[in-house]
Amino acid sequence: MEQMLNVSSNPHVRDKMTTSRIMQLVVIALLPTTLFGIWNFGLHALLVVLVSVASSVIFEWLYDHFMHKPNTITDYSAVVTGLLLGLNMPPQIPLWMPVLGSAFAIIIVKQLFGGLGQNFMNPALAGRCFLMISFAGKMTDFSVGENYGGVVDTITGATPLAALKAQGFAEGSVPVKNLFLGNIQGTIGETSAIAILIGAVILLAFKVIDLKVPLTYIGSFAVFIILYMLFSGMGFDVNYLFSHLFGGGLMLGAWFMATDYVTTPITPNGQLVYGCILGIITAIFRLFGGSAEGVSYAIIFCNLLVPIIERLTRPTAFGKGGKKA
Amino acid sequence: MKANTPAERLMNGIIKENPTFVLMLGMCPTLAVTTSATNGIGMGLTTTVVLAASNLMISLLRKFIPDGVRMPAFIVVVASFVTIVQMLLEGFIPSLYASLGIYIPLIVVNCIILGRAEAYASKNPPVPSLFDGIGMGLGFTLSITCIGAVRELIGAGQLFGMQILPLADAAAGKIGYEPVTIFILAPGAFFVLAFLSALQNKFKLGAARRGIDPSNPDACGGACASCGNSMCKGKRG
Repeated sequence: MEQMLNVSSNPHVRDKMTTSRIMQLVVIALLPTTLFGIWNFGLHALLVVLVSVASSVIFEWLYDHFMHKPNTITDYSAVVTGLLLGLNMPPQIPLWMPVLGSAFAIIIVKQLFGGLGQNFMNPALAGRCFLMISFAGKMTDFSVGENYGGVVDTITGATPLAALKAQGFAEGSVPVKNLFLGNIQGTIGETSAIAILIGAVILLAFKVIDLKVPLTYIGSFAVFIILYMLFSGMGFDVNYLFSHLFGGGLMLGAWFMATDYVTTPITPNGQLVYGCILGIITAIFRLFGGSAEGVSYAIIFCNLLVPIIERLTRPTAFGKGGKKA
Repeated sequence: MKANTPAERLMNGIIKENPTFVLMLGMCPTLAVTTSATNGIGMGLTTTVVLAASNLMISLLRKFIPDGVRMPAFIVVVASFVTIVQMLLEGFIPSLYASLGIYIPLIVVNCIILGRAEAYASKNPPVPSLFDGIGMGLGFTLSITCIGAVRELIGAGQLFGMQILPLADAAAGKIGYEPVTIFILAPGAFFVLAFLSALQNKFKLGAARRGIDPSNPDACGGACASCGNSMCKGKRG
Protein backbone atom coordinates (compact mmCIF):
# COMPACT_ATOMS: atom_id res chain seq x y z
CA MET A 1 0.00 0.00 0.00
CA GLU A 2 2.82 2.34 0.81
CA GLN A 3 4.35 1.81 -2.61
CA MET A 4 1.12 2.33 -4.50
CA LEU A 5 0.84 5.80 -3.08
CA ASN A 6 4.32 6.70 -4.21
CA VAL A 7 3.53 9.08 -7.04
CA SER A 8 6.10 10.13 -9.59
CA SER A 9 5.84 12.23 -12.69
CA ASN A 10 5.67 10.57 -16.13
CA PRO A 11 7.20 9.00 -18.23
CA HIS A 12 6.81 5.77 -16.28
CA VAL A 13 8.05 3.36 -18.94
CA ARG A 14 11.66 3.90 -19.89
CA ASP A 15 13.78 2.22 -22.52
CA LYS A 16 17.44 1.32 -22.26
CA MET A 17 18.03 2.73 -25.75
CA THR A 18 19.79 6.09 -25.58
CA THR A 19 21.03 8.38 -28.33
CA SER A 20 24.63 7.34 -27.83
CA ARG A 21 23.70 3.62 -27.83
CA ILE A 22 21.76 4.01 -31.10
CA MET A 23 24.66 5.87 -32.65
CA GLN A 24 27.13 3.22 -31.45
CA LEU A 25 24.96 0.54 -33.07
CA VAL A 26 24.94 2.48 -36.34
CA VAL A 27 28.74 2.69 -36.20
CA ILE A 28 28.95 -1.07 -35.59
CA ALA A 29 26.53 -1.73 -38.45
CA LEU A 30 28.67 0.41 -40.75
CA LEU A 31 31.85 -1.50 -39.89
CA PRO A 32 31.42 -4.34 -42.44
CA THR A 33 30.97 -1.75 -45.21
CA THR A 34 33.94 0.28 -43.98
CA LEU A 35 36.23 -2.75 -43.72
CA PHE A 36 35.19 -3.95 -47.14
CA GLY A 37 35.83 -0.53 -48.61
CA ILE A 38 39.34 -0.47 -47.12
CA TRP A 39 40.03 -4.01 -48.35
CA ASN A 40 38.69 -3.06 -51.77
CA PHE A 41 40.42 0.29 -52.27
CA GLY A 42 43.51 0.06 -50.10
CA LEU A 43 45.17 2.15 -47.45
CA HIS A 44 44.17 5.58 -48.75
CA ALA A 45 40.52 4.70 -48.21
CA LEU A 46 41.32 4.01 -44.54
CA LEU A 47 42.97 7.44 -44.29
CA VAL A 48 39.96 9.15 -45.87
CA VAL A 49 37.57 7.50 -43.40
CA LEU A 50 39.79 8.24 -40.40
CA VAL A 51 40.32 11.88 -41.35
CA SER A 52 36.61 12.32 -41.95
CA VAL A 53 35.58 10.85 -38.59
CA ALA A 54 38.31 12.66 -36.65
CA SER A 55 37.59 16.04 -38.22
CA SER A 56 33.83 15.68 -37.61
CA VAL A 57 34.40 14.98 -33.92
CA ILE A 58 36.92 17.82 -33.64
CA PHE A 59 34.60 20.34 -35.30
CA GLU A 60 31.75 19.25 -33.01
CA TRP A 61 33.99 19.75 -29.97
CA LEU A 62 35.31 23.10 -31.22
CA TYR A 63 31.79 24.44 -31.84
CA ASP A 64 30.58 23.33 -28.41
CA HIS A 65 33.69 24.78 -26.80
CA PHE A 66 33.56 28.20 -28.43
CA MET A 67 29.77 28.57 -28.17
CA HIS A 68 29.87 27.57 -24.48
CA LYS A 69 27.53 24.65 -25.00
CA PRO A 70 27.53 21.25 -23.29
CA ASN A 71 29.94 18.89 -24.96
CA THR A 72 28.00 16.65 -27.37
CA ILE A 73 30.72 14.47 -28.84
CA THR A 74 29.89 11.64 -26.43
CA ASP A 75 26.57 10.99 -28.18
CA TYR A 76 28.54 9.56 -31.13
CA SER A 77 26.41 11.41 -33.68
CA ALA A 78 29.47 13.25 -34.99
CA VAL A 79 31.22 9.89 -35.42
CA VAL A 80 28.29 8.62 -37.50
CA THR A 81 28.23 11.79 -39.59
CA GLY A 82 31.98 11.58 -40.21
CA LEU A 83 31.85 7.88 -41.02
CA LEU A 84 28.97 8.30 -43.49
CA LEU A 85 30.72 11.25 -45.10
CA GLY A 86 33.93 9.25 -45.46
CA LEU A 87 32.08 6.30 -46.97
CA ASN A 88 30.53 8.68 -49.51
CA MET A 89 33.91 9.80 -50.85
CA PRO A 90 35.82 8.41 -53.81
CA PRO A 91 38.82 6.39 -52.59
CA GLN A 92 41.60 8.59 -54.01
CA ILE A 93 40.29 11.94 -52.80
CA PRO A 94 42.82 14.47 -51.38
CA LEU A 95 42.64 14.41 -47.59
CA TRP A 96 41.68 18.08 -47.15
CA MET A 97 38.34 17.44 -48.81
CA PRO A 98 36.79 15.27 -46.06
CA VAL A 99 37.91 17.96 -43.58
CA LEU A 100 36.08 20.67 -45.53
CA GLY A 101 33.02 18.42 -45.92
CA SER A 102 32.97 17.67 -42.18
CA ALA A 103 33.24 21.36 -41.33
CA PHE A 104 30.23 22.14 -43.54
CA ALA A 105 28.23 19.15 -42.30
CA ILE A 106 28.85 19.64 -38.58
CA ILE A 107 29.04 23.41 -38.20
CA ILE A 108 26.67 24.78 -40.82
CA VAL A 109 24.09 22.04 -41.37
CA LYS A 110 23.97 20.57 -37.87
CA GLN A 111 25.14 22.96 -35.16
CA LEU A 112 24.01 26.32 -36.56
CA PHE A 113 20.47 24.93 -36.82
CA GLY A 114 20.54 23.79 -33.19
CA GLY A 115 22.52 20.55 -33.05
CA LEU A 116 21.40 16.94 -33.21
CA GLY A 117 17.64 16.72 -33.61
CA GLN A 118 17.31 20.13 -35.24
CA ASN A 119 19.28 19.61 -38.44
CA PHE A 120 16.94 20.11 -41.39
CA MET A 121 18.79 17.71 -43.66
CA ASN A 122 21.18 14.82 -43.24
CA PRO A 123 24.52 16.47 -42.36
CA ALA A 124 26.71 13.83 -44.01
CA LEU A 125 24.81 14.05 -47.29
CA ALA A 126 24.75 17.84 -47.16
CA GLY A 127 28.53 17.75 -46.73
CA ARG A 128 28.85 15.41 -49.66
CA CYS A 129 26.64 17.58 -51.88
CA PHE A 130 28.62 20.67 -50.84
CA LEU A 131 31.80 18.98 -52.06
CA MET A 132 30.01 17.55 -55.10
CA ILE A 133 28.87 21.01 -56.27
CA SER A 134 32.21 22.63 -55.49
CA PHE A 135 34.63 20.00 -56.79
CA ALA A 136 32.56 17.99 -59.27
CA GLY A 137 35.64 16.67 -61.07
CA LYS A 138 37.40 15.31 -58.00
CA MET A 139 34.24 13.92 -56.42
CA THR A 140 33.36 11.83 -59.49
CA ASP A 141 36.88 10.62 -60.21
CA PHE A 142 36.76 7.01 -59.06
CA SER A 143 40.02 5.89 -60.63
CA VAL A 144 42.53 4.37 -58.24
CA GLY A 145 46.29 4.74 -58.51
CA GLU A 146 48.76 2.09 -59.66
CA ASN A 147 49.90 1.20 -56.15
CA TYR A 148 46.56 1.36 -54.39
CA GLY A 149 46.96 -2.11 -52.86
CA GLY A 150 43.27 -3.05 -53.03
CA VAL A 151 41.43 -5.76 -54.89
CA VAL A 152 39.07 -3.85 -57.18
CA ASP A 153 39.14 -5.38 -60.66
CA THR A 154 39.89 -2.43 -62.89
CA ILE A 155 42.19 0.47 -62.22
CA THR A 156 40.54 3.25 -64.20
CA GLY A 157 37.07 2.02 -64.99
CA ALA A 158 33.85 3.94 -64.75
CA THR A 159 31.36 3.12 -62.01
CA PRO A 160 28.61 0.76 -63.19
CA LEU A 161 26.16 3.67 -63.17
CA ALA A 162 28.43 6.02 -65.10
CA ALA A 163 28.99 3.28 -67.66
CA LEU A 164 25.25 2.77 -68.00
CA LYS A 165 24.76 6.48 -68.51
CA ALA A 166 27.61 6.99 -70.96
CA GLN A 167 27.62 3.90 -73.13
CA GLY A 168 24.16 2.42 -72.81
CA PHE A 169 23.65 -0.96 -71.29
CA ALA A 170 25.37 -3.51 -73.55
CA GLU A 171 28.96 -2.36 -73.10
CA GLY A 172 28.72 -1.13 -69.55
CA SER A 173 27.36 -4.31 -68.08
CA VAL A 174 29.02 -5.54 -64.92
CA PRO A 175 28.57 -9.15 -63.70
CA VAL A 176 25.84 -9.35 -61.08
CA LYS A 177 28.17 -11.29 -58.76
CA ASN A 178 30.57 -8.32 -58.66
CA LEU A 179 27.69 -5.97 -57.92
CA PHE A 180 26.76 -8.04 -54.88
CA LEU A 181 30.29 -8.60 -53.63
CA GLY A 182 31.40 -5.08 -54.35
CA ASN A 183 34.73 -5.32 -56.15
CA ILE A 184 33.61 -2.53 -58.48
CA GLN A 185 34.31 1.20 -58.80
CA GLY A 186 32.45 3.61 -56.60
CA THR A 187 32.69 5.55 -53.36
CA ILE A 188 34.41 3.81 -50.46
CA GLY A 189 31.26 2.54 -48.79
CA GLU A 190 28.71 2.02 -51.54
CA THR A 191 30.14 -0.83 -53.62
CA SER A 192 29.36 -3.94 -51.60
CA ALA A 193 25.66 -4.77 -51.36
CA ILE A 194 26.40 -7.74 -49.09
CA ALA A 195 28.37 -5.73 -46.52
CA ILE A 196 25.64 -3.08 -46.44
CA LEU A 197 22.94 -5.71 -46.00
CA ILE A 198 24.86 -7.29 -43.09
CA GLY A 199 24.87 -3.86 -41.44
CA ALA A 200 21.17 -3.43 -42.20
CA VAL A 201 20.41 -6.78 -40.52
CA ILE A 202 22.29 -5.62 -37.41
CA LEU A 203 20.23 -2.41 -37.30
CA LEU A 204 16.98 -4.33 -37.82
CA ALA A 205 17.88 -6.93 -35.15
CA PHE A 206 18.43 -4.19 -32.56
CA LYS A 207 15.31 -2.36 -33.78
CA VAL A 208 17.30 0.78 -34.56
CA ILE A 209 15.49 1.06 -37.90
CA ASP A 210 12.40 -0.59 -39.29
CA LEU A 211 11.67 -1.74 -42.80
CA LYS A 212 9.18 0.95 -43.84
CA VAL A 213 11.47 3.55 -45.38
CA PRO A 214 14.12 1.26 -46.96
CA LEU A 215 11.59 -1.13 -48.50
CA THR A 216 9.30 1.55 -49.91
CA TYR A 217 12.37 3.43 -51.18
CA ILE A 218 13.96 0.46 -52.95
CA GLY A 219 10.56 -0.91 -54.01
CA SER A 220 9.27 2.29 -55.61
CA PHE A 221 12.67 2.81 -57.25
CA ALA A 222 12.61 -0.73 -58.72
CA VAL A 223 9.04 -0.30 -59.96
CA PHE A 224 9.95 2.97 -61.65
CA ILE A 225 13.00 1.41 -63.33
CA ILE A 226 10.96 -1.59 -64.52
CA LEU A 227 8.27 0.69 -65.94
CA TYR A 228 10.97 2.75 -67.66
CA MET A 229 12.47 -0.40 -69.19
CA LEU A 230 9.09 -1.56 -70.47
CA PHE A 231 7.97 1.80 -71.86
CA SER A 232 11.28 2.89 -73.36
CA GLY A 233 11.32 -0.23 -75.54
CA MET A 234 14.45 -1.87 -74.17
CA GLY A 235 12.46 -4.74 -72.71
CA PHE A 236 12.79 -6.23 -69.26
CA ASP A 237 16.42 -6.93 -68.38
CA VAL A 238 17.28 -8.17 -64.93
CA ASN A 239 20.93 -7.11 -65.29
CA TYR A 240 19.94 -3.50 -65.96
CA LEU A 241 17.71 -3.50 -62.92
CA PHE A 242 20.44 -4.97 -60.70
CA SER A 243 23.02 -2.49 -61.97
CA HIS A 244 20.70 0.29 -60.86
CA LEU A 245 19.86 -1.32 -57.53
CA PHE A 246 23.37 -2.35 -56.47
CA GLY A 247 25.70 -0.36 -58.73
CA GLY A 248 25.47 3.00 -56.99
CA GLY A 249 24.72 4.53 -53.64
CA LEU A 250 21.13 3.30 -53.43
CA MET A 251 21.75 0.54 -50.86
CA LEU A 252 23.89 2.69 -48.56
CA GLY A 253 21.44 5.57 -48.92
CA ALA A 254 18.30 3.51 -48.36
CA TRP A 255 19.49 1.60 -45.28
CA PHE A 256 21.73 4.14 -43.53
CA MET A 257 20.90 7.65 -44.68
CA ALA A 258 17.20 7.73 -45.57
CA THR A 259 16.50 6.15 -42.16
CA ASP A 260 18.17 8.94 -40.16
CA TYR A 261 15.71 9.69 -37.32
CA VAL A 262 15.99 13.46 -37.44
CA THR A 263 15.26 13.88 -41.13
CA THR A 264 12.60 11.19 -41.58
CA PRO A 265 8.87 11.62 -40.89
CA ILE A 266 7.80 10.28 -37.48
CA THR A 267 4.31 9.26 -38.61
CA PRO A 268 4.07 5.66 -39.92
CA ASN A 269 2.10 6.66 -43.03
CA GLY A 270 4.46 9.55 -43.57
CA GLN A 271 7.40 7.14 -43.68
CA LEU A 272 5.69 5.17 -46.46
CA VAL A 273 5.01 8.34 -48.44
CA TYR A 274 8.59 9.53 -47.83
CA GLY A 275 10.05 6.23 -49.09
CA CYS A 276 7.92 6.28 -52.25
CA ILE A 277 8.84 9.89 -53.08
CA LEU A 278 12.51 9.07 -52.50
CA GLY A 279 12.41 6.11 -54.89
CA ILE A 280 10.66 8.03 -57.65
CA ILE A 281 12.88 11.11 -57.34
CA THR A 282 16.06 9.01 -57.29
CA ALA A 283 14.97 7.19 -60.44
CA ILE A 284 14.10 10.45 -62.19
CA PHE A 285 17.47 11.99 -61.25
CA ARG A 286 19.33 8.91 -62.47
CA LEU A 287 17.42 8.32 -65.69
CA PHE A 288 16.77 11.87 -66.87
CA GLY A 289 19.25 13.96 -64.88
CA GLY A 290 22.66 15.19 -65.91
CA SER A 291 24.76 12.98 -63.65
CA ALA A 292 24.79 9.22 -63.24
CA GLU A 293 24.02 9.22 -59.51
CA GLY A 294 21.01 10.78 -57.82
CA VAL A 295 20.69 9.22 -54.38
CA SER A 296 22.24 11.97 -52.28
CA TYR A 297 20.38 14.82 -53.96
CA ALA A 298 17.13 12.84 -53.75
CA ILE A 299 17.56 12.23 -50.02
CA ILE A 300 18.41 15.80 -49.06
CA PHE A 301 15.58 17.06 -51.27
CA CYS A 302 13.10 14.75 -49.55
CA ASN A 303 14.50 15.80 -46.16
CA LEU A 304 13.09 19.23 -46.97
CA LEU A 305 9.66 17.72 -47.67
CA VAL A 306 9.49 16.01 -44.27
CA PRO A 307 7.61 18.79 -42.41
CA ILE A 308 4.90 18.85 -45.11
CA ILE A 309 4.64 15.04 -45.16
CA GLU A 310 4.31 14.95 -41.37
CA ARG A 311 1.60 17.57 -41.39
CA LEU A 312 -0.42 15.78 -44.07
CA THR A 313 -0.15 12.32 -42.47
CA ARG A 314 -0.79 13.24 -38.85
CA PRO A 315 -2.63 10.27 -37.27
CA THR A 316 -5.97 10.80 -35.56
CA ALA A 317 -5.64 11.03 -31.80
CA PHE A 318 -7.40 8.39 -29.70
CA GLY A 319 -10.98 9.47 -29.14
CA LYS A 320 -10.96 12.12 -31.87
CA GLY A 321 -12.53 11.83 -35.28
CA GLY A 322 -14.53 8.79 -36.39
CA LYS A 323 -18.24 8.73 -37.17
CA LYS A 324 -20.39 11.35 -35.54
CA ALA A 325 -23.35 9.83 -33.76
CA MET B 1 24.35 63.53 -34.01
CA LYS B 2 21.40 65.81 -34.88
CA ALA B 3 18.63 63.98 -36.69
CA ASN B 4 17.87 64.67 -40.39
CA THR B 5 21.13 66.47 -41.15
CA PRO B 6 22.95 65.30 -44.31
CA ALA B 7 25.81 63.73 -42.30
CA GLU B 8 23.43 61.91 -39.98
CA ARG B 9 21.49 60.58 -42.97
CA LEU B 10 24.68 59.26 -44.59
CA MET B 11 25.80 57.50 -41.40
CA ASN B 12 22.31 56.12 -40.88
CA GLY B 13 22.24 54.58 -44.35
CA ILE B 14 25.72 53.15 -44.24
CA ILE B 15 25.93 51.85 -40.66
CA LYS B 16 22.86 52.17 -38.46
CA GLU B 17 20.14 51.10 -40.86
CA ASN B 18 22.29 49.40 -43.47
CA PRO B 19 19.69 48.21 -45.99
CA THR B 20 21.25 44.79 -46.52
CA PHE B 21 22.52 43.68 -43.13
CA VAL B 22 20.12 45.52 -40.83
CA LEU B 23 16.89 46.22 -42.73
CA MET B 24 17.29 43.04 -44.85
CA LEU B 25 15.79 44.83 -47.86
CA GLY B 26 16.58 44.31 -51.54
CA MET B 27 17.51 40.66 -51.05
CA CYS B 28 16.87 39.77 -54.70
CA PRO B 29 19.80 41.71 -56.24
CA THR B 30 21.87 41.06 -53.10
CA LEU B 31 21.69 37.32 -53.63
CA ALA B 32 21.63 37.24 -57.41
CA VAL B 33 24.29 39.61 -58.73
CA THR B 34 26.99 39.35 -56.05
CA THR B 35 29.00 36.68 -57.86
CA SER B 36 31.93 39.10 -58.00
CA ALA B 37 33.01 42.32 -56.31
CA THR B 38 32.82 44.22 -59.63
CA ASN B 39 29.19 43.21 -60.12
CA GLY B 40 28.47 44.29 -56.54
CA ILE B 41 29.90 47.76 -57.08
CA GLY B 42 28.13 48.14 -60.42
CA MET B 43 24.76 47.09 -59.05
CA GLY B 44 25.23 49.16 -55.90
CA LEU B 45 26.17 52.39 -57.69
CA THR B 46 23.37 51.96 -60.22
CA THR B 47 20.90 51.57 -57.38
CA THR B 48 22.43 54.54 -55.54
CA VAL B 49 21.88 56.85 -58.49
CA VAL B 50 18.25 55.78 -58.87
CA LEU B 51 17.68 55.92 -55.13
CA ALA B 52 19.09 59.43 -54.69
CA ALA B 53 17.25 60.82 -57.72
CA SER B 54 13.92 59.21 -56.89
CA ASN B 55 14.12 60.24 -53.23
CA LEU B 56 14.75 63.85 -54.26
CA MET B 57 11.95 63.82 -56.82
CA ILE B 58 9.42 62.16 -54.51
CA SER B 59 10.30 64.53 -51.70
CA LEU B 60 9.73 67.52 -54.01
CA LEU B 61 6.40 66.08 -55.13
CA ARG B 62 5.27 64.91 -51.66
CA LYS B 63 2.71 67.72 -51.26
CA PHE B 64 1.14 66.99 -54.67
CA ILE B 65 0.88 63.19 -54.62
CA PRO B 66 -2.53 62.14 -53.25
CA ASP B 67 -2.25 59.58 -50.45
CA GLY B 68 -4.52 57.03 -52.11
CA VAL B 69 -2.43 56.64 -55.28
CA ARG B 70 1.03 57.23 -53.80
CA MET B 71 2.34 53.76 -54.67
CA PRO B 72 1.66 54.00 -58.43
CA ALA B 73 3.04 57.55 -58.37
CA PHE B 74 6.28 56.36 -56.69
CA ILE B 75 6.61 53.52 -59.18
CA VAL B 76 6.25 55.92 -62.13
CA VAL B 77 8.99 58.17 -60.74
CA VAL B 78 11.33 55.23 -59.99
CA ALA B 79 10.68 53.56 -63.34
CA SER B 80 11.55 56.77 -65.20
CA PHE B 81 14.92 57.01 -63.48
CA VAL B 82 15.62 53.31 -63.98
CA THR B 83 14.95 53.67 -67.70
CA ILE B 84 17.39 56.60 -67.90
CA VAL B 85 20.09 54.70 -65.99
CA GLN B 86 19.54 51.57 -68.04
CA MET B 87 20.03 53.46 -71.33
CA LEU B 88 23.14 55.19 -69.97
CA LEU B 89 24.63 51.87 -68.86
CA GLU B 90 23.86 50.20 -72.15
CA GLY B 91 25.51 53.07 -74.00
CA PHE B 92 28.59 53.65 -71.87
CA ILE B 93 29.35 50.48 -69.85
CA PRO B 94 28.00 47.64 -72.03
CA SER B 95 30.01 44.96 -70.16
CA LEU B 96 28.37 45.83 -66.83
CA TYR B 97 25.02 46.10 -68.56
CA ALA B 98 25.46 42.56 -69.91
CA SER B 99 26.53 41.04 -66.60
CA LEU B 100 23.73 42.66 -64.56
CA GLY B 101 21.12 41.75 -67.17
CA ILE B 102 17.53 41.53 -65.98
CA TYR B 103 18.42 42.95 -62.55
CA ILE B 104 18.69 46.51 -63.92
CA PRO B 105 15.00 46.80 -64.89
CA LEU B 106 14.18 45.02 -61.65
CA ILE B 107 15.57 47.98 -59.70
CA VAL B 108 12.09 49.46 -60.23
CA VAL B 109 10.67 47.04 -57.69
CA ASN B 110 13.69 47.07 -55.37
CA CYS B 111 12.34 47.17 -51.82
CA ILE B 112 14.98 49.64 -50.68
CA ILE B 113 13.84 52.29 -53.15
CA LEU B 114 10.13 51.92 -52.46
CA GLY B 115 10.86 51.53 -48.76
CA ARG B 116 12.80 54.80 -48.54
CA ALA B 117 10.22 56.61 -50.67
CA GLU B 118 7.42 55.45 -48.41
CA ALA B 119 9.21 55.70 -45.06
CA TYR B 120 11.34 58.79 -45.54
CA ALA B 121 11.16 60.83 -48.73
CA SER B 122 7.38 61.21 -48.76
CA LYS B 123 7.50 62.74 -45.25
CA ASN B 124 10.70 64.83 -45.26
CA PRO B 125 12.16 67.85 -47.07
CA PRO B 126 14.25 67.40 -50.24
CA VAL B 127 17.80 67.87 -48.91
CA PRO B 128 17.68 65.25 -46.12
CA SER B 129 15.80 62.95 -48.55
CA LEU B 130 18.57 63.29 -51.14
CA PHE B 131 21.20 62.45 -48.54
CA ASP B 132 19.06 59.62 -47.18
CA GLY B 133 19.03 58.15 -50.69
CA ILE B 134 22.79 58.57 -51.10
CA GLY B 135 23.48 57.09 -47.65
CA MET B 136 21.19 54.11 -48.20
CA GLY B 137 22.66 53.58 -51.65
CA LEU B 138 26.23 53.68 -50.37
CA GLY B 139 25.32 51.30 -47.55
CA PHE B 140 23.83 48.94 -50.12
CA THR B 141 26.88 49.30 -52.38
CA LEU B 142 29.27 48.63 -49.50
CA SER B 143 27.34 45.57 -48.35
CA ILE B 144 26.94 43.87 -51.70
CA THR B 145 30.53 44.66 -52.66
CA CYS B 146 31.66 42.91 -49.46
CA ILE B 147 29.44 39.92 -50.22
CA GLY B 148 30.69 39.86 -53.81
CA ALA B 149 34.33 40.10 -52.74
CA VAL B 150 34.02 37.21 -50.26
CA ARG B 151 32.21 35.03 -52.78
CA GLU B 152 34.67 35.84 -55.56
CA LEU B 153 37.67 35.21 -53.32
CA ILE B 154 36.47 31.84 -52.02
CA GLY B 155 34.68 30.73 -55.16
CA ALA B 156 37.27 31.69 -57.77
CA GLY B 157 40.37 32.89 -55.90
CA GLN B 158 39.93 36.32 -57.49
CA LEU B 159 39.26 39.87 -56.33
CA PHE B 160 37.84 42.45 -58.78
CA GLY B 161 38.70 40.02 -61.57
CA MET B 162 42.38 39.68 -60.58
CA GLN B 163 43.74 36.29 -59.58
CA ILE B 164 44.73 36.71 -55.92
CA LEU B 165 45.19 33.06 -55.00
CA PRO B 166 47.21 31.02 -57.52
CA LEU B 167 45.13 28.11 -58.76
CA ALA B 168 46.17 24.49 -58.54
CA ASP B 169 46.96 22.77 -61.81
CA ALA B 170 46.81 19.00 -61.56
CA ALA B 171 48.17 18.47 -65.08
CA ALA B 172 51.30 20.56 -64.40
CA GLY B 173 51.60 19.15 -60.89
CA LYS B 174 51.30 22.65 -59.43
CA ILE B 175 49.98 22.95 -55.89
CA GLY B 176 47.65 25.89 -55.30
CA TYR B 177 44.19 27.03 -54.35
CA GLU B 178 41.21 24.83 -55.26
CA PRO B 179 38.26 27.20 -55.82
CA VAL B 180 35.15 26.23 -53.82
CA THR B 181 32.76 26.70 -56.75
CA ILE B 182 29.60 26.56 -54.63
CA PHE B 183 30.37 30.07 -53.37
CA ILE B 184 29.81 31.67 -56.76
CA LEU B 185 26.67 29.58 -57.26
CA ALA B 186 23.32 30.42 -55.66
CA PRO B 187 23.85 28.64 -52.28
CA GLY B 188 27.06 30.60 -51.66
CA ALA B 189 25.11 33.88 -51.64
CA PHE B 190 23.04 32.67 -48.71
CA PHE B 191 26.07 31.38 -46.78
CA VAL B 192 28.01 34.63 -47.17
CA LEU B 193 25.02 36.91 -46.47
CA ALA B 194 24.19 34.99 -43.29
CA PHE B 195 27.80 34.93 -42.15
CA LEU B 196 28.41 38.65 -42.74
CA SER B 197 25.09 39.59 -41.07
CA ALA B 198 26.07 37.55 -38.02
CA LEU B 199 29.47 39.22 -38.00
CA GLN B 200 28.10 42.77 -38.10
CA ASN B 201 25.56 41.91 -35.37
CA LYS B 202 28.46 40.71 -33.25
CA PHE B 203 30.34 43.99 -33.76
CA LYS B 204 27.28 46.17 -33.17
CA LEU B 205 26.05 44.26 -30.13
CA GLY B 206 27.92 46.45 -27.65
CA ALA B 207 26.67 49.73 -29.10
CA ALA B 208 23.15 48.41 -29.51
CA ARG B 209 22.87 47.46 -25.85
CA ARG B 210 24.34 50.70 -24.51
CA GLY B 211 22.00 52.46 -22.12
CA ILE B 212 19.10 50.05 -22.37
CA ASP B 213 16.79 49.19 -19.55
CA PRO B 214 17.13 45.45 -18.79
CA SER B 215 13.66 45.31 -17.21
CA ASN B 216 11.96 46.58 -20.42
CA PRO B 217 10.12 43.70 -22.14
CA ASP B 218 10.82 45.07 -25.65
CA ALA B 219 13.68 43.38 -27.46
CA CYS B 220 15.49 46.73 -27.84
CA GLY B 221 15.05 47.61 -24.17
CA GLY B 222 13.22 50.82 -25.03
CA ALA B 223 16.38 52.83 -25.69
CA CYS B 224 14.59 55.27 -27.99
CA ALA B 225 17.01 58.12 -27.33
CA SER B 226 19.98 56.32 -28.82
CA CYS B 227 18.02 54.47 -31.51
CA GLY B 228 18.03 55.52 -35.15
CA ASN B 229 15.17 53.36 -36.32
CA SER B 230 12.75 55.90 -37.78
CA MET B 231 10.30 53.15 -38.73
CA CYS B 232 9.80 52.02 -35.12
CA LYS B 233 6.42 52.46 -33.47
CA GLY B 234 7.87 54.12 -30.38
CA LYS B 235 9.64 56.72 -32.53
CA ARG B 236 6.62 57.61 -34.62
CA GLY B 237 4.19 58.17 -31.83
